[in-house]
Amino acid sequence: MPKKGTKSKKAVDDVPDQQENKLPDYLELQRTRVVCNADAPIHTQGFQYSGAFAAMGVDNSVSVEKFCKNFKIDIKRLTEDDMEFDMIGVDASIANAFRRILIAEVPTMAIEKIFMADNTSVIADEVLSHRLGLIPLDADPRLFDYISENDVPNERNTIVFKLHVSCEKGSQRITVKSGELEWLPEGSQLSMASPAQSGDKQKTFTSFSQSQKEILEKPLGVKFKDITIARLGPGQAIELEAHAVKGVGKVHAKWSPVATAWYRMLPEVVILEQIEGEEAEELVKKCPVNVFDIEDLGNGGKRAVVAKPRACTLCRECVMGPCGEKIQLRRVRDHFIYTIESTGALPPEVLFTEAVKILEEKCERVISELS
Amino acid sequence: MEHGSLEDSSASTFSIMEEDHTLANSVRFVLNQDPRVAFCGYSIPHPSENKVNIRVQTTGDPAKDVLKDSLQDLMVMCQHIRGTFDTAVADFRGNKLADAMDIDLNKK
Repeated sequence: MPKKGTKSKKAVDDVPDQQENKLPDYLELQRTRVVCNADAPIHTQGFQYSGAFAAMGVDNSVSVEKFCKNFKIDIKRLTEDDMEFDMIGVDASIANAFRRILIAEVPTMAIEKIFMADNTSVIADEVLSHRLGLIPLDADPRLFDYISENDVPNERNTIVFKLHVSCEKGSQRITVKSGELEWLPEGSQLSMASPAQSGDKQKTFTSFSQSQKEILEKPLGVKFKDITIARLGPGQAIELEAHAVKGVGKVHAKWSPVATAWYRMLPEVVILEQIEGEEAEELVKKCPVNVFDIEDLGNGGKRAVVAKPRACTLCRECVMGPCGEKIQLRRVRDHFIYTIESTGALPPEVLFTEAVKILEEKCERVISELS
Repeated sequence: MEHGSLEDSSASTFSIMEEDHTLANSVRFVLNQDPRVAFCGYSIPHPSENKVNIRVQTTGDPAKDVLKDSLQDLMVMCQHIRGTFDTAVADFRGNKLADAMDIDLNKK
């Protein structure tokens, strides 16, 4: 008898304990999922305020320790120029901050100034200059400094390329490719002074104190050698010098280090009620990305199961039909499938690390401004 | 720049130049998770001006200190993210290498 008594007492103690620490299921669903109904998504806002569930005795605050415990990264794909990973346990505001920084604030090198010596091709100077600016350069921006308006171009802030191509008279038309840009590690070769006052000889548009070959480990160049710059007809020629400088994507997209960086929330497909027989087959056929699969039941029956929820594009085709009530489409609010496509200057994993560093620097700047 | 009253330090608006949604939205998120914060929000007064206003109202503590703590927390979170990411990349590379070696062994 005493045994039974203690047991029942324990059970009574357990109940309020659970109620204190756990939200009811429907609120937990609203907190952690966005539900995509046939007409519109619901619960898109989420609960950010730390005291949102104070009346129920549930703490909604996130301390740094709690964040560190729950945060996870799972890499799905990593190649030389693109990667996909899952970032779990982080809010959209922070995931979005990284995306914004990747696109607009991680620096790269790009051609900014063109010194056109000769251009007899059909492509206009400004169009040609613009095209050159967009060519991705294989140069690590971390090795260079920013150049401001009054700075003299030197070996630490400028990369000089030369393009000198001509099409001989009577020959076939030629295509000028980006591979023909020639790196000048010693700096500009164009003379600044006009011939009349050429007393101080060899004053060029840059003042390199040493060759870039000495300060860089590997030679610089363009990332892709097969980008068409222009086409030259017989007798036409282009002679120019291009100066590349360090910059960020918010000034001009040519400095953006990513082709694009994006994320999506992890889709979750839930079958609320069993879907069997013909209905199941119809459902499998309806999904354009084959999220569903058929499971054979022992007695010859068929049942729909969710096979590849990750592939779901949330087209909502499955929740719109007659059996739409039986399926729920959701997204996990704190699980992001992140994709980064690099343009080539830096590998994608380095880009992400740089982006996180930039957010840290921003915080540091504001802290020092406040104190 | 801080705009608040002299008597009451628990509510202030902070004007931060050369910043945008990137920082302001992240900081707002971290501030909202702090139990000392009663209200917080941010606005960009004009889209062509590089400036954000962050409003912080606390339950008593000085708003400036709470904001500074939040920024500090955000920095620690970033450091943790960077650390986790670097380990994940190293693990992924390690596993890939191990897988490649497994395949080679199978071939033999």
